[in-house]
Amino acid sequence: MALQSLDIKRRSATAGITPPPGVRQPVEVAKLIDVTTCIGCKACQVACSEWNDIRDDIGINHGVYDNPIDLTSKSWTVMRFSEVEENGKLEWLIRKDGCMHCADPGCLKACPSPGAIVQYHNGIVDFHEENCIGCGYCVSGCPFNIPRIDKQDQKAYKCTLCSDRVAVGQEPACVKTCPTGAIQFGAKEDMKQVAQERLKDLNNRGYKNAGLYDPEGVGGTHVMYVLQHADKPELYHGLPNNPSISPTVKLWKGLLKPLATFGIAAATLAGFFHYVTVGPNRAEEEEAEVIGKEGDILKREEDA
Amino acid sequence: MKERLIQRYTRAERINHWVVAICFVLLAISGLAFFYPAFFWLTGVFGTPQLARIIHPFVGLIMFIGFMVQFFRYWRYNFIDKEDVKWMKSVPEVLNGHEVGDTGKYNGGQKGMFWLMTACMLVLLPTGLIAWRAYFSEYFPIPAIRLALLFHAWAALVLIAGIIVHVYAAIWVKGTIRAMVEGVVTQTWAKKHHPRWYREVMGKAKAEAETGGKNPPKS
Repeated sequence: MALQSLDIKRRSATAGITPPPGVRQPVEVAKLIDVTTCIGCKACQVACSEWNDIRDDIGINHGVYDNPIDLTSKSWTVMRFSEVEENGKLEWLIRKDGCMHCADPGCLKACPSPGAIVQYHNGIVDFHEENCIGCGYCVSGCPFNIPRIDKQDQKAYKCTLCSDRVAVGQEPACVKTCPTGAIQFGAKEDMKQVAQERLKDLNNRGYKNAGLYDPEGVGGTHVMYVLQHADKPELYHGLPNNPSISPTVKLWKGLLKPLATFGIAAATLAGFFHYVTVGPNRAEEEEAEVIGKEGDILKREEDA
Repeated sequence: MKERLIQRYTRAERINHWVVAICFVLLAISGLAFFYPAFFWLTGVFGTPQLARIIHPFVGLIMFIGFMVQFFRYWRYNFIDKEDVKWMKSVPEVLNGHEVGDTGKYNGGQKGMFWLMTACMLVLLPTGLIAWRAYFSEYFPIPAIRLALLFHAWAALVLIAGIIVHVYAAIWVKGTIRAMVEGVVTQTWAKKHHPRWYREVMGKAKAEAETGGKNPPKS
């Protein structure tokens, strides 16, 4: 048994009254991405691909720096480049996109397959593809549009926050490779401290709205951004302002279940008790009564 | 005394009904497994959960086509008339085993069920296609897929509850299952539960017999 499997906080399609193994309680971790020091070199994309042994298909140039143009089942992180005008000057905002490892993960909520998605006590949300059935519910559950279904094996893939490396005390591959130190990794509390230092610096440089992106709507994330314009996260290639699990998904995975259980159970029980109280509805044959072998009077000929 | 029978459903109608019914059972098993984590094991009926995921939408297509054939067979018998309204207003009486109204081929409950099932099917098909990850989902925005999944589940659960009522009604009203298994009902059954239909069928048969037409109803 891998030690990792002893620190599972939540497991997809598994009721809370039958919790997964969780005696190990490691410290909550986080990856801090300082967008303001990122130079867009894409070394993190390469490191991700190297460590995880995934090689995406060679794509085409779309006329922008984004390459590949979107996340895929084989590109778990991509740099998003946005050219915006802020404070009267052009700004080139570069955001490393990938799984945010939400404390309240929409993918896990939506997943119908027990154990296909797990959340470790350290905060990492991991897909266990051997249990994945390829339904794509995680794709619709995610508030950040992260999971991708592979065209060949029909399994969902995304950033693991290098759970395999973290489990043995190493930092994720992207963190290790980042040449400017824009990506840092450690205990979530420590990362918040680091972020505060950066924010002080940014404030001094005139970025009054600089802030830490750790959205409350999803219970906080285990990938956090330092943003120079934290008041307008949409500037960063559509980073959602107030992400949360969609009410549609909540209705589907929440209210509908007990309602449906009640409806189906009511229909079944009503039928059953109707039958044992009112009894069957027979159309009696209009025919002469006949005398049975025992001399009793029978209503129908077949009964004789 | 020999039972006097009337044909209610032809061979083609029976095959049609049971193809749809078998599809429904397979879809309900796999669908409930995807909906309720506690029933996920039901995917084992299909071999593996992955196979259940692959098979479900194809079976859904067959059910939709089969149901549409049924729809065009029966829609004209399912317009709700005054007698049906009378029936629907007297459900408690009906449930106590008393017939209400001069019922034609279908009673108010059956007609209501017909339109309910039709509505469910019309929701299930497009939402199912939108949620069909392997072929179609990528062409739709995520909020649309979310709505599709929600309405697909809703329609399916309404349909399942409806089918429970449908099956129970067939079990409760003795002599009904025979209509869809052997294709016939007794004339007594018809006279009691569908008097207007009974008169129509018998009248037509008599007229045909007089003009030397086709066979009178089976007897």
